[in-house]
Amino acid sequence: MGQLLSFTDKGIFCEQGDFYIDPWRPVKNAIITHGHSDHSRLGHTNYLTHTDSTPILKHRLGTISVEGIKYRESFFKNGVKVSLHPAGHILGSAQVRVEHKGEVWVASGDYKTGPDPVAEAFEPVKCHTFITECTFGLPVFRWPAEKSVIEEVESWWRSNIQQNKVSLLCAYALGKAQRVLSLIDPTIGPIYVHGAVHSINAIHRDGGFLEEDFPYLSNSIDKESLRDALIVAPPSAAGSTWANKLKPLSVAMASGWMLLRGSKRRRNVDRGFILSDHADWDGLNAAIKETGAENIICTHGYTDQYAEWLRYIGYNAYTEKTLFEGESIDENVAKE
Amino acid sequence: MKHFVDLFESLDQTTKTNERVSSLVHYLDKVNDQDKLWTIALLSGKRPKRAVNSSHMKEWAAEIAGIPMSLFEETYHVVGDMAETISLLISNDQSLIEKSLSEWMGEVIALKGESDEVKKTFVTNVWKKVNRRERFVFNKLIGGSFRVGVSQKTMVKALAKYTEIEESELAHRLMGNWTPETHSYDELILTRTGTEDHSKPYPFFLAYPLDETSDFTANPKVWIAERKWDGIRGQLIKRNDEIYIWTRGEELVTDKYPELLQFDLPNGVALDGEILAYKNGKPLGFNDLQKRIGRKTVAKKLLQDIPVVFLSYDLMEMDGNDIRQDALVSRRDRLKKLVEEVNHQSLLFSEEVAFQNEEDISSERENARHYQTEGLMIKRRDSTYQVGRKRGDWWKWKVEPLVIDAVLIYAMRGHGRRANLFTDYTFAVWNEGELVPFTKAYSGLTDQEFRQVDRFVRNNLIEKFGPVRSVKPELVFEIAFEGIAESSRHKSGIALRFPRMSRWRKDKVPEEANSLSDLKSLLKSYG
Ligand SMILES: [Zn+2]
Repeated sequence: MGQLLSFTDKGIFCEQGDFYIDPWRPVKNAIITHGHSDHSRLGHTNYLTHTDSTPILKHRLGTISVEGIKYRESFFKNGVKVSLHPAGHILGSAQVRVEHKGEVWVASGDYKTGPDPVAEAFEPVKCHTFITECTFGLPVFRWPAEKSVIEEVESWWRSNIQQNKVSLLCAYALGKAQRVLSLIDPTIGPIYVHGAVHSINAIHRDGGFLEEDFPYLSNSIDKESLRDALIVAPPSAAGSTWANKLKPLSVAMASGWMLLRGSKRRRNVDRGFILSDHADWDGLNAAIKETGAENIICTHGYTDQYAEWLRYIGYNAYTEKTLFEGESIDENVAKE
Repeated sequence: MKHFVDLFESLDQTTKTNERVSSLVHYLDKVNDQDKLWTIALLSGKRPKRAVNSSHMKEWAAEIAGIPMSLFEETYHVVGDMAETISLLISNDQSLIEKSLSEWMGEVIALKGESDEVKKTFVTNVWKKVNRRERFVFNKLIGGSFRVGVSQKTMVKALAKYTEIEESELAHRLMGNWTPETHSYDELILTRTGTEDHSKPYPFFLAYPLDETSDFTANPKVWIAERKWDGIRGQLIKRNDEIYIWTRGEELVTDKYPELLQFDLPNGVALDGEILAYKNGKPLGFNDLQKRIGRKTVAKKLLQDIPVVFLSYDLMEMDGNDIRQDALVSRRDRLKKLVEEVNHQSLLFSEEVAFQNEEDISSERENARHYQTEGLMIKRRDSTYQVGRKRGDWWKWKVEPLVIDAVLIYAMRGHGRRANLFTDYTFAVWNEGELVPFTKAYSGLTDQEFRQVDRFVRNNLIEKFGPVRSVKPELVFEIAFEGIAESSRHKSGIALRFPRMSRWRKDKVPEEANSLSDLKSLLKSYG
């Protein structure tokens, strides 16, 4: 009998309970932390996830056998106690708590510790071993307050209206788009969304997580009426022929990477807004401290650097290779 | 400094010249003359000498952030810019000091010569009292290079718009040795004429790479060809019995090349040409010249081993008159006569390369390496001497690069725009059944290809040595380079000039890559 959770070529495996967490190859039993495509893949026999994630999974993966449970609702599988806890990342995102013979492991998937109008706030869960992402696990990544970022977006939009430019804001279709749409002042001008965002919005509206039905930008909409508009689209829209038809336009990107001048240049957008659904440096450190865990496993992002830092401050930390991607600078279609 | 920070950010946010010009004009409108002059100085690379060394800055920042040096270095590697790294590492985001740009510059200059203790107190105190944006610009002011991607041309354009003075006149006024400490905005920009300062060079006329718009072979008679010498572009001036030698980077290098002070030029001349390592009637390689470039004082032995000449090809001033508006052929006739009259082994004239048709000139270009040159220059006979890089009258036509197929064996993460991707590679060729590293290369692939290689690197790691990853030797690339020379500093014994990846040879397996002996035979032919 090895560790409670081990890293195999199929994913994070619980041998005792016979299930995987966010596996990347087809397995019998998969527990899914959230609906982004690097964590929820096609081909498993049974899916188990948070109830708010089930419509997302069905939307993305089609007909699958999926069971939804609530946060903090526990069940036993071959003696292993399993429960889900809010990860604060996107709607329905969960950390998976696994307990066997008094030993507790938590696999956190993707998470953030800051506020989000859509995702239930991150809950620290006491454990012995904590599996963490570290997409932004370097000390330069510290997010500005959400409120001030949204104000910047609003003033960018207003100044585009003055210059007669359409405002195109690129954000992940699942999670960030709804976050921005919930927070932005809708009285500034009309708001339209890209088709990919529209269908995810529908899921949020059905669950009561988004109030307004933002119209989707169809070809029939007259270009003149877009002059004052904000259009929310996935990152792949930046520089596409779809976007070029909207000219004159100002293109902005909402991503944690926009903190770095280099990655802003790489995406070649007019404006970058620092908004991430992942924990920043302070968030990672605080979250890990609150788990009380001694052992930390870093799975994706700046794993080597962050694990070294954790060892420096006294944790037993190491890295494991996974196929999780976190928030990518070169995000295109992977996570729609 | 608020205005300057805003300016810096708006310049950084756009690549469009028009928007940059209007940000600059807007800024010039708002600040006092002393700030204007400092801004012009900083944007044209006239930064005062670094007051604080970068290893101290790193240490202090790591100390304030409470992180070990190794994590600082890793982080810096990802961010790619030290000023930016430090600005992000320190957490204060309130703006508690208000000073103008020139006040800041005054304090930064005063720091020079102070003890490390005083410097540390000053710098760390500022870091904690300014916001992130200000901290970034402040770091740029005290150290590092101050580049915002604004060309001299863009700046001059904005200044011309603001002052309503001609661009070419302004470009000339801004040449030479001035600093905001020695000159005022009034005397430098508004009242001085280009010739008042005897040392002042003319702005260089620069060529674009030859493209199909030139159509010079359609009518060869209106063009002349010259060799494109592989030295440093320079301007040799004599006025009021003083000689001044400027490089294209506007560095005054008169004292570095004593050979060029030994011949007798008339007063009131400005020659454009190449500072070239030259011995026994032919050019030496650029590698040799490199040994002279770094030296402030030149030892006798070095003077004997690597003598330089001034190989002139144009004349901007004669008898104290600006003759840049005359036709090229007429300027060159006078230059040739002048060089003959001086009659000294260290002043040469770049002869025309005769050609009748496309075939002649193409074969001259292919021969370029035999003359230790980079290719050809093609210039219209009637062209004037213009300011900056312009299309149409002058073209550079470089020889095709040398190429070799090599195997990727090490990778490192890139900087800045490529942070987080493995884009810095080391390549190897075969030698007795082993792969020997011989060059690094960082450029030449498309963003998509870089992402593919990045994925390959991540999935095929063998070992880590600090930031370097050794990778399964599987991918073959064609490496293009401009020149090859012997080098004792490299394990392979070879140094390449401007290596880059010209092609991803997906059609080749590693066994088909070239060998060290292939490289050595290139060295023999072209080194
Ligand atoms: Zn995610």
